[in-house]
Amino acid sequence: MTPRWKNDLPYSAITPKAAWLSRRAIMAGAGAMLAASALPRGARAKIDAAPSSFSTDEKPNTFEEITTYNNFYEFGTGKRDPAANAGSLTTDPWAVEIGGLVERPGTYDLADILKGAALEERIYRLRCVEGWSMVIPWIGFEMRHVLDLAGVQPAAKYVRMETLYRPEEMPYQRQPILDWPYVEGLRLDEAMHPLTILATGLYGEEMPNQNGAPLRLVVPWKYGFKSIKSIVKIELVENEPLNTWKQTNPREYGFYSNVNPEVDHPRWSQATERRITSKLFGASRIETQMFNGYGEHVAGMYAGMDLSKFY
Amino acid sequence: MPIAQDVNARLRKLPVWPIYAIAPLPPLWLLWQGLNGQLGVDPVKVMEHWMGLRGLQVLIFVLAITPIRNLTGISLIRFRRALGLVGFFYICLHLLIWLVLDVQIVGQIVADILKRPYITIGMAAFVLMIPLALTSNNWSVRKLGPQWRLLHKLNYVIVLLGGVHFFMLVKGWQLEPMIYLAVIFVLLALRAAPLRRMRLA
Repeated sequence: MTPRWKNDLPYSAITPKAAWLSRRAIMAGAGAMLAASALPRGARAKIDAAPSSFSTDEKPNTFEEITTYNNFYEFGTGKRDPAANAGSLTTDPWAVEIGGLVERPGTYDLADILKGAALEERIYRLRCVEGWSMVIPWIGFEMRHVLDLAGVQPAAKYVRMETLYRPEEMPYQRQPILDWPYVEGLRLDEAMHPLTILATGLYGEEMPNQNGAPLRLVVPWKYGFKSIKSIVKIELVENEPLNTWKQTNPREYGFYSNVNPEVDHPRWSQATERRITSKLFGASRIETQMFNGYGEHVAGMYAGMDLSKFY
Repeated sequence: MPIAQDVNARLRKLPVWPIYAIAPLPPLWLLWQGLNGQLGVDPVKVMEHWMGLRGLQVLIFVLAITPIRNLTGISLIRFRRALGLVGFFYICLHLLIWLVLDVQIVGQIVADILKRPYITIGMAAFVLMIPLALTSNNWSVRKLGPQWRLLHKLNYVIVLLGGVHFFMLVKGWQLEPMIYLAVIFVLLALRAAPLRRMRLA
């Protein structure tokens, strides 16, 4: 007589959904994705988005400028490296693990997050800590939508986010340029602020890989490195998370990283910036604005704080 | 070393002047590309970094000429003055692009030089190069005598400062500037080591 089948696998042996989603993504065929990411403007899926009063009326940079001049060290440290190397990134399927101090922790499929998200076009200034800037027409939704989806517990004070760690597709994660995966964080009030968005596209189309597809943060009053790309994890926590650049060099990069012309980077001035232009003699320096010009909306959050100490 | 003798005999027949004639061509090509939109969306930085890196490479090669002779017997010393001047010329262009196209504002240029260590170091290296460039002629060699050799040992300091300048300006732990610094250290260490005696023995 055959004994009755008995399940002796423990619950811990079950592959987490995030892991098999990501594994399936790798098998889905990087080739097809490779071709897709190299597509020029106009060839990608269109996104419908409502205009926003938060948008600047400054002239946006060109699609070429925005998509061929990137800092995304997972794909190389040169400005043109991400455009050249990010084609290998699989962005569909995509899941975001939301955990920590939330009512409904779990792995959320990107499609489920986007359901009910009010997509808007937000034309924002982006100021890089390196001293250059652009104007970018993002498509995205306010980050608080995701936080409401998961339900923030009262004890949560900060949001900690992680970029995908997948060295097979992000070749420079095999080099110790930074301590991978990339981590960023916001104070809860910053994350809940209506200017803070999770972007899924730009110029009316889905996000190119080199700009942080399929889901990235955009916090326009902070230096660009705060706006973490290709997010796979959002955690609500009680204590200030240690972000990657602060961990790498705490003297030069802080947690807040608000754009501030009066607080210089130890190696260079932050008083001015170069607005990126592909014209050799067209690039002129402009004055950097406090909070990148978003002070009327965000300055109140930092009332009473010494911003030269909390840089 | 018969091979080295053979190579040296051929090298002696080569004129030096083509180095001066060829050196301006790469920067002109770079400028042409910049004017025609072929350097991407930030041509200023591409040109600035390209000139700085080429200048550093040429100066590192100048530093390698003596170790190459000590190790292989092949002597490139006839070309050293021309190469040193080309390195200086490239660094002048690097500086010019930074002044005119990048920073632009005089007040900030002064502030950057005084306050930013990597710019202070780069600027110091440039200033130290000026007396070397001015004395890169036969008249100065005769006039200064043994002091000329001493003066031109400044090149050790200059290249080291150039390597440190490059290392300090990148973010994170990047491999490229570390390789440059390592090569510079090796070339300087070879001078400290008693290689010359080994060759004569």
